[in-house]
Amino acid sequence: MADKTLEERVREIIVEQLGVNAEQVTTEARFIEDLGADSLDTVELVMAFEEEFGVEVPDEDAEKLQTVGTVIEYLKDKADK
Amino acid sequence: MLKDKIAIVTGAGRGIGAAIATRLASQGAAVACVSRTEANARRSAEQVAALGARSLALAVDVADGAAAESAVGAVLKEFGRIDILVNNAGVTRDGLIMRMGDADWDAVLTTNLKGAFNFTRPAVRGMIKQRSGRIVNISSVVGLIGNAGQANYAASKAGLIGFTKAVAKEVAGRGVTCNAIAPGFITTDMTAALNEEQRSRLLGVIPLGRFGDPEDIAQAVLFLVAESGRYITGQVLTVDGGMVM
Repeated sequence: MADKTLEERVREIIVEQLGVNAEQVTTEARFIEDLGADSLDTVELVMAFEEEFGVEVPDEDAEKLQTVGTVIEYLKDKADK
Repeated sequence: MLKDKIAIVTGAGRGIGAAIATRLASQGAAVACVSRTEANARRSAEQVAALGARSLALAVDVADGAAAESAVGAVLKEFGRIDILVNNAGVTRDGLIMRMGDADWDAVLTTNLKGAFNFTRPAVRGMIKQRSGRIVNISSVVGLIGNAGQANYAASKAGLIGFTKAVAKEVAGRGVTCNAIAPGFITTDMTAALNEEQRSRLLGVIPLGRFGDPEDIAQAVLFLVAESGRYITGQVLTVDGGMVM
């Protein structure tokens, strides 16, 4: 667990939460349009990220996290602070 | 009927809530009994245990959001999941509107309406994850037709109906149902305050000719939370001897 990268952990959460294949979770993939998430899924995803990484994601930030890549960048950014 | 199901019942210390807790336990559910008064929570939990069901006593004021969240956490820790949430806790602070104090309004709205929010928010998450769950909010016929001297109570109970429908729509896609029950006049400590005159006047408008028993409400809850209620959501089930038609 400890040697998994942040990126791997994010992708795993997305696969588990949305029930999609790992290959679908590309950096460019959009949660709603490409991965079939609905509004409840996106809230659940954000809460899962908050739990996994021990961060708070305010609603105004959450709205901007529409692709896998933006989430990874956002969480990396938070981790650096 | 409810074997291996885990239930939380708020306001379980007496009256309708105590009847709901024991009715669910009689069908095999583990029941966490929430009451503001520790002795009452414990007594109801003992009654649940006496039926051979697992139980937990939680002395919590539902108006306290942080305490409600910890209570839900305690249930998850003890039983691992939550299948059924019955938001039943309620109080009255009756008075005519011109004489109703802010504190009377706030106490009733905070316990009856926000209390349901306080428990539903943390409890629904696991239900969504497990793709199943049942939420039942105990409203009142007073929330449907109003009652002089109960502007606060009527508002809180009508509020619960809107809350029920909104939550039902939010979580339906995850196999979670949310319904309300609107009891009429039920024989409990809450209605014991009525005088003889009020009593006979009320009986005159109840077609079935009697006050309800807490068990009448408990049976309706069971109907909604068991397999029998799986295709029902966002509804208000009036259990009032035909008073409101």
